Amino acid sequence: MTAADRRTEPVLTLDDLTVVYETEQPVTAVKHANLTLHRGEILGLAGESGCGKTTLAYAINRLHRPPARIASGRITFHGDDGDIDILALEDRELRAFRWERLSMVFQGAMNALNPVTTVRAQLKDTLLAHRPRMSRKEIRERSEDVLKRVGVDPRRLGSYPHELSGGMRQRVMIAMAMLLEPQIMIMDEPTTALDVVVQRDILREIVRLRDELDFAVVFITHDLPLLLEISDRIAVMLEGEIVELETADRLYRDAQHPYTRKLLGSFPSLSGERGAFIRTGIDETTDILAEERA
Amino acid sequence: MTSVKITDLVKDYTLRAGLKRTRLRAVDHVSLELTPGRTVALVGESGSGKSTIAKILTRMERPTSGTVDVRLDDGTTVSNAHYRREVQMVFQDPFASLNPFHSIEHHIARPLKIHGRTRTQEDTRARVLEMLERVNLTPAETIAPRRPHELSGGQRQRVAIARALAPGAQVLIADEPVSMLDVSIRLGVLNLLGRLQREDQLAVLYITHDLATARHFSDEIVVLYRGRVVERGPSDAVILDPHHDYTKLLALAAPDPERPGRVTSEAGVDREAIDNSTCYDHFAGEWREAGVPAAAARTGA
Amino acid sequence: MTNLKPTSEPSVADSAELLAETSTETGRRPRAGWRMLLPTMTPWLAIGLGLIIAITLFGLIGPYFVGDPRAIRDMGLTGPSAEFWLGTTQTGQDVLAQLAYATRGSLQIGVIVGLLATALSAFFGIYGAYRGRIVDEAFSLFTNVFLVIPGLPLVIVISGFVPAESRGLWTIAIVLAITSWAGSARVLRAQTLSVRNRDYVAASQVSGERPWRVIVVEILPNLLPVIASQFVFAVIAAILGEAGLSFIGLGASNSSTLGTMLFYAQNGFALSLGAWWWFIPPGLIIALFGTGLSLVNFSIDEIINPKLKNLRLHRKRARRAARLERELAQATRRNGGVPTQTAKESAR
Repeated sequence: MTAADRRTEPVLTLDDLTVVYETEQPVTAVKHANLTLHRGEILGLAGESGCGKTTLAYAINRLHRPPARIASGRITFHGDDGDIDILALEDRELRAFRWERLSMVFQGAMNALNPVTTVRAQLKDTLLAHRPRMSRKEIRERSEDVLKRVGVDPRRLGSYPHELSGGMRQRVMIAMAMLLEPQIMIMDEPTTALDVVVQRDILREIVRLRDELDFAVVFITHDLPLLLEISDRIAVMLEGEIVELETADRLYRDAQHPYTRKLLGSFPSLSGERGAFIRTGIDETTDILAEERA
Repeated sequence: MTSVKITDLVKDYTLRAGLKRTRLRAVDHVSLELTPGRTVALVGESGSGKSTIAKILTRMERPTSGTVDVRLDDGTTVSNAHYRREVQMVFQDPFASLNPFHSIEHHIARPLKIHGRTRTQEDTRARVLEMLERVNLTPAETIAPRRPHELSGGQRQRVAIARALAPGAQVLIADEPVSMLDVSIRLGVLNLLGRLQREDQLAVLYITHDLATARHFSDEIVVLYRGRVVERGPSDAVILDPHHDYTKLLALAAPDPERPGRVTSEAGVDREAIDNSTCYDHFAGEWREAGVPAAAARTGA
Repeated sequence: MTNLKPTSEPSVADSAELLAETSTETGRRPRAGWRMLLPTMTPWLAIGLGLIIAITLFGLIGPYFVGDPRAIRDMGLTGPSAEFWLGTTQTGQDVLAQLAYATRGSLQIGVIVGLLATALSAFFGIYGAYRGRIVDEAFSLFTNVFLVIPGLPLVIVISGFVPAESRGLWTIAIVLAITSWAGSARVLRAQTLSVRNRDYVAASQVSGERPWRVIVVEILPNLLPVIASQFVFAVIAAILGEAGLSFIGLGASNSSTLGTMLFYAQNGFALSLGAWWWFIPPGLIIALFGTGLSLVNFSIDEIINPKLKNLRLHRKRARRAARLERELAQATRRNGGVPTQTAKESAR
């Protein structure tokens, strides 16, 4: 099977997924989401704070914490060895599933590294937790290999997290996420806290790794222009609903939903015209109305 | 109307590690001019020294050397006592810049009282409501008694803008005023700043890392790299025709949907190789030395 | 620079904020700043407050209703009776009357020392941290010196030096305050350092506030819960410390406290004679008062660290959510993966 064929095969299907925060007045954070992730695809998930995009990402991996709960729907993982119903997994199966098949890079993850152990020890712990039979030599080789892949010098294995720069730490986190060669990686604002130049390097790395290893990526961010550049398809979320799902190109040229158009209009273009931006004399009251409503 | 002339600003920090002291030059001979009705954008990454310049301008830090000269229209220098009435700042994080303990009214009433803008209680209250309306926080009567956590990020930033303008400030330093806000409300806040600037003929220093808004929001762009100015000029010229390697790198790194697919096509640039010893001045159309006193800066190749 | 507010990890705190928002939307009047600092009523807080109020009332009003605690009768060491509810001492003094006066004395010491120690710690902790640099260094050093001075031995030495006749309530209070403020000064210093670096403090400085106003109006309110908790601790420590001093005969000479009662009970061989009514009541009052203050302190902790409160609020909801989810998962498994209508219904 060629890569192009595989690109149309689904690797993950969300079917009518609803996530509810069980508070006094229950809040539905994700409303009946339907989504198909294809093999090796970069799917952008765009939306603003509180739109439910992170809740959705956590729910896919069942990492959501009470009082959030999945109220309806199915999440199916289509592995090479048959389908897995993620919601039906027992705790033990779920632990094995996470990270092996589907890993996550969290927002601000560069602070998620354990500050008192070396990178080597943290990679080793992850490997041993899932592959207890791995020999010391294999562990070393695998650790060096993943670091090399994300563009970090393997000599850094002995470093402690605080000895690495922010961009370097984020690369190590991505290395950890791909340690077990998962078919899906979910990245939640992986570059938001980084400077633009470093951010660009990391994005380039992610796209290159995807091309090499052919894993699917769910890339969550509020930065729509960034998604337009790296994603194959983009889903736009508003108040818990996926309001538009389209290829990046079509979304940019011909957005259907007014909210998508508004988001697109919120980012002044670097090299293009000013558009509806600054000094056109438009009144900002329209925006504050939208803000009040949201 | 007030203008600010910054000349050869230098700020050194002393880092102590045990008995060893090392000196870190955060800002190296930066000269800038803020004039009424104009916006200057200060662009750079974290650690470039742009926040240090903001702190010096608001007198939260003292410069190691160099001068900040604030003058009124008639040419008189603003005295120390009146400095804070003229120069005010909008902070980056609206979730941290308002005291959770106090009402919105308190935040705007204090600067009014400190700088003697109002005399009586009723006068203050009326001015507070007026300020809130100016930043489009309506109905002002219901907003004033609220506390910060009851407002959204955009609303809080509007309060912060009202607070900065309350003393009657003519010079506004906006330190990444929208980077913490949701994208769909960023333009609203920037447009508000733009309108207030036009109405009051404010001199604005817009500190940001976002090249796109810098280009559209400001008249002039000053690019800062490791404490030195490496490029300056009219905003369109700097962004569309960057000369310095660092500016080019920044422009390439910024997302631009007009040019899709760039992410894969370009190789990474070695930033260590970029030096900050020269500065391209679009106004003069020539290269100069960076990191030296403005008067002594020789024209380079 | 580019940091965005950690928007989205679905944490307990987020949903709490959600709750706060919905409650404001329903049109309740916005709560004033001070109200925010009041702890929410919980059973533990109620018990704590109940104990404190009861003991304080006993100390305040009790002395007016009992007889002379010093009156000597020729009916030494009798157990509780209708006439003397808590029996009599070796010399026939009314234990209940003594207890009322002693409680008053102990509370007095506790409050005086609490206030003095809190004032000292607030000055050295908050002012030093706010000024920073050399002032902070000097104040820190000073605080640390007092921190490592062994408290009780010093108190014993000082009390031993002061002649018994001039060893009044205030002398003891000052000695106890001086030896007990340093710990809370360090706590306050740490808190101030964190508050001082918040943007809103910088913003008020930029708008031209005078330093003392920045401390009192902008910083202090945010430290009040910490100060309150330090005060409560200081009161407990003072009452216990004074009881210890009095017990070894170095207490205030002109006042009677729970410590002096225990001292006389010990000297009168109350324990070996089995006169439990003599030593248990003062001991119990000390213990109950300490318990009450500690319970109040737990509630104050919830204000200092709102996470504790949210945890409590959300434990129940979390359980409910987990149960509903389990049901859904089971239903899904049973039906070979298709969530049926019933599963959805029960989930709702």
